[in-house]
Amino acid sequence: MKPKIPVGANTAPTQRPLADTRAPAEGDGVDTSPLVSDEVRQTTCYMCACRCGIDVHIADGKVRYIQGNKRHPVNRGVICGKGSAGIMQHYSPARLRKPLLRVGERGAGDFREIEWEEALSIATERLARIRATDPKRLAFFTGRDQSQSLTGWWAQQFGTPNFAAHGGFCSVNMAAAGLYTIGGSFWEFGEPDWDLAKYFMLFGVAEDHDSNPIKIGLGKLKARGAKIVAINPARSGYGAIADEWIGVRPGTDGLFILALVHELLKAGKVDLDYLVRYTNAHVLVIEEPGAPDDGLFLRDGEGRLLAWDKGAGRAADALAAGLNPALSGRVVANGRKCVPVFHLLAERYLGDAYSPEAVAETCGIPVSTIRRIAAELAHVAFEEAIELPVAWTDWAGRRHETMRGRPIAMHAMRGISAHSNGFHTCRSLHLLQVLLGTVDVPGGFRFKPPFPKPIPPGNKPAGKDGGKANTPLSCSPLGFVTAPEDLLIDAADAPIRIDKAYSWEAPLAAHGMMHMVIANAWRGDPYTIDTLFMYMANMAWNSSMNTAGTIAMLTDKHETGERKGEYKIPFIIYSDAYFSETVAYADLVLPDTTYLERHDCISLLDRPIGDADGPGDAIRHPVVERDRDVRPFQSVLLDLGSRLKLPGMVDEAGQPIYRDYADYIVSHERSPGIGPLAGFRGEDGKAFGRSAPNPKQLERYIANGGFWRHELDDDQRYYKMANRAYLDFAVEMGFLAKPEPIVFQLYSEPLQRFRLAARGHGAVQPPKSEAKRIETYFDPLPFWYAPFEEALIDASAFDLHALTQRPMHMYHSWGSQNAWLRQITSQNRLFMHRETAARLGLQDDDWAWIESPTGRVKGQVRLVDGVNPQTVWTWNAIGKRRGAWMLKDDARESGKGFLLNHAISEFLPPDASGRRYSNSDPVTGQAAWFDLRVRVTKCAAAETGFTEPQFPTLRPPPHMPPAPAVSTFGESFRRWREARG
Amino acid sequence: MTSLPQETERKLGLVIDLDSCVGCQACVTSCKEWNTGGHMAPLTDVKPYGGGVDGVWFNRVHTYEHVGGERADNGGSRTVHFPRSCLHCENAACVTVCPTGASYKRSSDGIVLVDEDRCIGCELCSWACPYGAREFDTQVGVMKKCTLCIDRIYNDNLDEADRVPACVAACPTSARHFGDLGDPASPVSQLVAERDGVDLMPEMGYRPTNKYLPPRARNVEAEMPMLEPVAASGFLGWVDKVLSR
Repeated sequence: MKPKIPVGANTAPTQRPLADTRAPAEGDGVDTSPLVSDEVRQTTCYMCACRCGIDVHIADGKVRYIQGNKRHPVNRGVICGKGSAGIMQHYSPARLRKPLLRVGERGAGDFREIEWEEALSIATERLARIRATDPKRLAFFTGRDQSQSLTGWWAQQFGTPNFAAHGGFCSVNMAAAGLYTIGGSFWEFGEPDWDLAKYFMLFGVAEDHDSNPIKIGLGKLKARGAKIVAINPARSGYGAIADEWIGVRPGTDGLFILALVHELLKAGKVDLDYLVRYTNAHVLVIEEPGAPDDGLFLRDGEGRLLAWDKGAGRAADALAAGLNPALSGRVVANGRKCVPVFHLLAERYLGDAYSPEAVAETCGIPVSTIRRIAAELAHVAFEEAIELPVAWTDWAGRRHETMRGRPIAMHAMRGISAHSNGFHTCRSLHLLQVLLGTVDVPGGFRFKPPFPKPIPPGNKPAGKDGGKANTPLSCSPLGFVTAPEDLLIDAADAPIRIDKAYSWEAPLAAHGMMHMVIANAWRGDPYTIDTLFMYMANMAWNSSMNTAGTIAMLTDKHETGERKGEYKIPFIIYSDAYFSETVAYADLVLPDTTYLERHDCISLLDRPIGDADGPGDAIRHPVVERDRDVRPFQSVLLDLGSRLKLPGMVDEAGQPIYRDYADYIVSHERSPGIGPLAGFRGEDGKAFGRSAPNPKQLERYIANGGFWRHELDDDQRYYKMANRAYLDFAVEMGFLAKPEPIVFQLYSEPLQRFRLAARGHGAVQPPKSEAKRIETYFDPLPFWYAPFEEALIDASAFDLHALTQRPMHMYHSWGSQNAWLRQITSQNRLFMHRETAARLGLQDDDWAWIESPTGRVKGQVRLVDGVNPQTVWTWNAIGKRRGAWMLKDDARESGKGFLLNHAISEFLPPDASGRRYSNSDPVTGQAAWFDLRVRVTKCAAAETGFTEPQFPTLRPPPHMPPAPAVSTFGESFRRWREARG
Repeated sequence: MTSLPQETERKLGLVIDLDSCVGCQACVTSCKEWNTGGHMAPLTDVKPYGGGVDGVWFNRVHTYEHVGGERADNGGSRTVHFPRSCLHCENAACVTVCPTGASYKRSSDGIVLVDEDRCIGCELCSWACPYGAREFDTQVGVMKKCTLCIDRIYNDNLDEADRVPACVAACPTSARHFGDLGDPASPVSQLVAERDGVDLMPEMGYRPTNKYLPPRARNVEAEMPMLEPVAASGFLGWVDKVLSR
């Protein structure tokens, strides 16, 4: 079957060294064998969230060269445009140097350098007072944090429910829809079967977390001639090499997907055998409108799900092996009127509302294209199925001689996720995958261990009591709600959390709602806080909606009352490695290290690096010495934890348990034998998974190239949701509690429980004002509805959709300070279809106002063909605030680059009742960045040449070295070589 | 002026696949980081943090839309990502124009190099190069260019497997290939033959060694028969078959 992962991705005969690599005798004096480095140290990249293995060449104490680690499972030797530019990130002049204490007005940039002891004392004193009174008055939010199993645990021990990372404004719709439907999602949850897929659909991805794996995978698909279909309003890099680009209108992907479902159902091109084996398609749903359990599954006295046994003519255990269930037909079972899930599903999607003819105009996709894509999917799934000659045993102990695959793979991310209809769109996509029988089969979409997980995972969000003084929460603040009883609301239905996650406004907000924290804390809705503690989140610039408004909130003071003159958000602690825009708004700045100076673990408890053929995790470790008075944030957090005497961070004598983060990584146990790193455990380092800590574990990781990976056996690699050998392994590893099959939830009972509550059933019901919204959007089957903003505004006055994408060379990175990357892109343009531009009287390079109901920004236009004509888009986060990141005042990033965020509101326009909901998905609270509607008008002549809005220039903190006028980086290596000569 | 070798023993060069280049810039920055500390170090950046930033790069990727043509997609054009670097021409005008012999083509492997000690910074070579592949370092006052990683491909201090140009090692979509294009039996020559690889602007007569592989025909099946309804009895009737869990 599959070979072990070969060393190196680029090993074709055309990518190898010359057969004879001896230098020819040219006689021109060129040194063809110069010394490269003194030493190579292997760690993990952090130029984005992809977590590739890197070999860092150190020469003369400096970073000479960074290349991909050929043995690493993520990138297998390749390295992206960001990764190679890591040198410039590490040596950025914008690196903070020392802890800072604000001494002037917030935002003015007046700071005093202080010692770490003073910084930690200030923080400890403040946080201890909060913890001793009302812990939830600490809001602890982290950005692109890869240590959430630590930061979440810290928040838990502190006792504040107000914790999350940036998932709520990134792609929680994708993650939640997956975890509530198939037990996993894309990126760290699963991946396309790049080696066997014959047809690949890519939805809403310009670049993604899985940067190098997607690129390696696309290379494989290309080499094999597999068909690639890119569905994206803008034709950027991946779409450019696709066989077919479908320029969908933003926010209508769900409608397109459900039209494909319509076509496939109508033609009977769905995998019924797969559905009855691995999904709840056959489970009986009670159909008795008005009953308190209407729409829930029929169960027997022992709580077992029931299906209709056709042979016996009665209801039977739906999960029993060998059952011959009905997929259609209304029946009376155990005295209740019931219908199988699949019957409801077919009724809905066979309806005219989802016919290609009905959706084509809305989606901007011709009927013939929708019908053809459906036909192609059916053809590949059912006429080109593959059988791997690998025997396996299913959960019920039945042996199968082969592994059958339907070789259609899909991948999606933020483009379909960051809409107010994103949760149902992402569920629609998983529905399509499952109907075709393509989830965790050869050629399809594959789970990466530790996924699949139970649907949804069993942990519930903590903090129902709001947090008690000096008391840890019972578990981590983030989790998965399955019924209204799990919500974090008080007796008066008010949200417990500052971001209103897990309230009636966003009940399934599994990643929190970071985009609402500042606005809510400023308004005191639902309450005021004392301290906002943030890490690696540029909330005063490109990570906020309504950036100008956010800046105003961060600096706003009480005008009257006993707090007159005090900031409405009283205290802000911020940790960042760089002088980002947000630094200016902090009261206390805790400077972090660069990624080459720190320890980290990329843990199975968090977002591991494993792939579908085996779990894995990885570390970072310092490969260069720190030359500034900075400390790694995670060690600082543990230090603060021990000063605060947080449980688990101090021993009985009150002494710190962990010396630093490295010590925590090695010796912390979340449960017996389960630590942050799964590899090289046990006293001899030979065990993995559940075993005793190994004091030499980091050394073993370093010796192994910075990572650990366990290769699954051939019979464990597919059908993981129902594969006995895999399920047993998952239990042994602690991924699952029980070796039971994971049944895909096409019909979601947790959603129906909310709908029932809205209809007046159960102990916890929404207030009247929320009932209609809950009833509408907690539909147990996926559906499509128009994104909120366009439904609430005069869409004809704001006639264009406006989107952002990240360029591949700056995705999830901090690229504008990077001397090399900014040479590739230092000014973003507004990309617009030529026809649209002609209508608006715009030409290439014209300056234009981009105006939404919220605000307007100014930028330069670039005309293209490869964009949906009703859509304009730009590269995100290129526009910078003048002065930040140590860029010179004449940098194009601040003079001409623009930030679309100014035009995006964190609140929706008022609804009929005057209520303003957050600009989010109603199910998960995902920030609806891509619902934005704008109109574009040509600037007057006097307005051209510079972007707006403009803000006062930020002043750098004390003792930051000025950015150099010329960089001759690398010259010193020449001298070093000559000296070593 | 400088003469070219009559014939070179090998014709080392790159083969670049425009069908799978996604424009990610991996080859661009991996080239920059290797070479800024390599044979022609440094690759100076002027105003690296200001307006008008201008650095020396041996390899750049350009993105543009090619309107029309048989490979246009439903947008009526095709987005092309086009990596551009020295093509190590057999008939290299940058060499013949050089007044000092600084610019030369190696007779052993065909690599075009600049000898910095002989370069007077006259920039004639950059005017002569039709591909815009030369980069003048204003701070050092010499012309710089792609060396085909001559300090990697024969380098005894690197692992054998690493002795390929940095761009080829980095490329995540496998769009870059390296080898002896003078040997028809070499894997790169065979790849070029298989994929109808082309010279860039052949009409100019510079006989570039590097080849580009054109985008493949799009895999869009116009003939795919449309799906037909499954049964006259309706879908739910069709579903009523024996299934086993």
